[in-house]
Amino acid sequence: MTAGEKSAGNGHAGRKPSSRRRAKTTEASAKATQDASAAPAAKATTTAAANVAATNPATVPDSADLLRQMMRIRHFEERCAELYSATKIRGFVHLCIGEEAVAVGEISALAPGDAVVSTYREHGHALARGLSMDSVMAEMFGKVTGCSRGRGGSMHLFDASRRFYGGNAIVAGGLPLAVGLALADKMNGRANVTACIFGDGAMAEGEFHESANLAALWKLPVLFCCENNRYAMGTALAREHAQTDLATRAASYGMIAWAVDGMDAEAVAEAARRAVAQVRGGGGPCFLELRTYRFRAHSMYDPDRYREKSEIEQWKQSDPIPALTEKLKSRGTLTDADLSRWTAEIEAEIEAAVTAAEEADVEPVADLTRYVTSPAVGSGGPT
Amino acid sequence: MTRPTAGTTAQGTTQAGAPTDPGGTRTTYREALREAHRDALTRDPRVFLMGEDVGRYGGSFAVSLGLLEEFGPERIRDAPLSESAFTGAGIGAALGGMRPIVEIMTVNFSLLALDQILNNAATLLHMSGGQLAVPLVIRMTTGAGRQVAAQHSHSLEGWYAHIPGLRVLAPATLQDARGMLWPALQDPDPVLIFEHGSLYNLAGTLPADAAEVDITRAAVRRTGTDITLITYGGSLGKALTAADALAEEGISAEVIDLRVLRPLDDETLLKSVRSTHRVVIIDEAWRTGSLSAEIAARIAEQAFYDLDAPIERVCAAEVPTPYAKHLEDAALPQPADIVAAARRAVAPDG
Repeated sequence: MTAGEKSAGNGHAGRKPSSRRRAKTTEASAKATQDASAAPAAKATTTAAANVAATNPATVPDSADLLRQMMRIRHFEERCAELYSATKIRGFVHLCIGEEAVAVGEISALAPGDAVVSTYREHGHALARGLSMDSVMAEMFGKVTGCSRGRGGSMHLFDASRRFYGGNAIVAGGLPLAVGLALADKMNGRANVTACIFGDGAMAEGEFHESANLAALWKLPVLFCCENNRYAMGTALAREHAQTDLATRAASYGMIAWAVDGMDAEAVAEAARRAVAQVRGGGGPCFLELRTYRFRAHSMYDPDRYREKSEIEQWKQSDPIPALTEKLKSRGTLTDADLSRWTAEIEAEIEAAVTAAEEADVEPVADLTRYVTSPAVGSGGPT
Repeated sequence: MTRPTAGTTAQGTTQAGAPTDPGGTRTTYREALREAHRDALTRDPRVFLMGEDVGRYGGSFAVSLGLLEEFGPERIRDAPLSESAFTGAGIGAALGGMRPIVEIMTVNFSLLALDQILNNAATLLHMSGGQLAVPLVIRMTTGAGRQVAAQHSHSLEGWYAHIPGLRVLAPATLQDARGMLWPALQDPDPVLIFEHGSLYNLAGTLPADAAEVDITRAAVRRTGTDITLITYGGSLGKALTAADALAEEGISAEVIDLRVLRPLDDETLLKSVRSTHRVVIIDEAWRTGSLSAEIAARIAEQAFYDLDAPIERVCAAEVPTPYAKHLEDAALPQPADIVAAARRAVAPDG
């Protein structure tokens, strides 16, 4: 599908490029928050607009494709939860159910040469980035056909060919890495962007502040994507941050930062597209606060005692998948037949991935110490 | 944070291992390190140096003095005081195809970057199933002896030697100061280089064409027949001094410089032990749970029946390194302690 077809076919034509997406008013402090983020966002509008024009940004993604990808991630993770209960998958597994709009929206703005650094809640990012479902499922099964040869598991999905650098399970530990990837791109004159994905909990870590400062100081091409799902494991945002307007805090480092409704895939995609264009234009890093919510517990071990059921139910009213489904139906660009077909295709893909993972070999134990060091210089000597 | 001052207690004499070629160049450990950087920066455009005050200040120990003017601010990068971010950025840049040299002022400060070194640099290759090698060099100062007290003086390189996936080097001679950096940069995996703060003023001569050295083996710095003294880094000079004193007593000591703290070169150690049958391990780090303990264990595991006496260790006192000179001296291994340990090993009943 060409760019022209995309913009003609999905009803985006009426959206003004400078329109700014704001968080839904699902929070008591939403008004104040929006006001607080207005200053950096206003700056974004002027500065970004010039660069958007100059750098031929990524085309507007096909909304139907965003929806299909969200469905694919949702079904995949629901199957993962079943497989976990069936003890086929073990270890820590963190599901992004409820947060799919963030994953597909962010990744949709990236070019093949761009890099992604993610967290332990990265199934959605990996699938959206193009890691095959087979390789991700096999990794969860601990098989040699997994994208990390069974050495990483759910939290550590890697694919160098897609510049997908994990899967970092130390909160904020991936941020310095992203800064360095961007530094290498800049030093080599490559017009790549590094998307650095992390959660609200990471903004309490020193590594966030060190990395934000370094990226802004050196004007590095990093897109900081803060997936604010309102809980750092079990600690609510207001219980861990003195200033809960995360975009405003990021803006204090001198980078353009704004908050986005993370339950709206189109809004995330549009914000990411504009931010990527800004970053690629050489103006330094951008920061997106993507306001979202996870419907499931933090991990499979989490009894979810720290939040009210009613809160979860309330957020489920904003489920990004039905929301976009209804939107596309009302635009006349989606039919029930499309949905049925996609569901069947996705279920078939998942079952094929499960079957392949079941049947795949495991890494021989003899290869346990393989890759501790590289085969050339490092592996020769004594241990 | 206090800026460390350049070392003032260097031996000032040519150390074993540094050639005495009269046609060589008179130099110091610091200048040899600088020349190694100059050489690497010249040979490989992917190499750059990044750290606190490496540029305008000239390096907190003046190792990089003048390199900013020569190579420019893109390649001699002054980083903010954020050890975790710039060390992690070095890892990311290595993943992105560069060959970064990250300088951390002291090993005590490196604890602020320990997450990046352990959880990323040392781990990514294995955790990614072999996809992501990290060709990064991290240099830092280690060790005591300069009256800079308990937050600038410790010898924590043994902690790093605990970590699979890292190569850990400790240059103790001018040759190694000059020659370890380039092969470290050729290693596809992360390499940590520990420079003992008392060595920067170490002076001697190097051949004009001095270049790379092997970074896989320990070195015998002095041959002997009665006892093996195993050490590295800032304690090498002390071990050699002790060997001189022992020679006057008729005890012939072999001195081994580990050079590579991980992976340990068991072969060289065991060969010597099997020849002398007695061992003293000298390590400026604390004794408990240490590199010296690891070496002792390996000797006990692999050469137990070759030993004629219990393994001796001379380590730092288990205290935070104190400021006052007499206390600091008392806390560190000294040649007299090494001599006493060697005497015990040679004449256990005497």
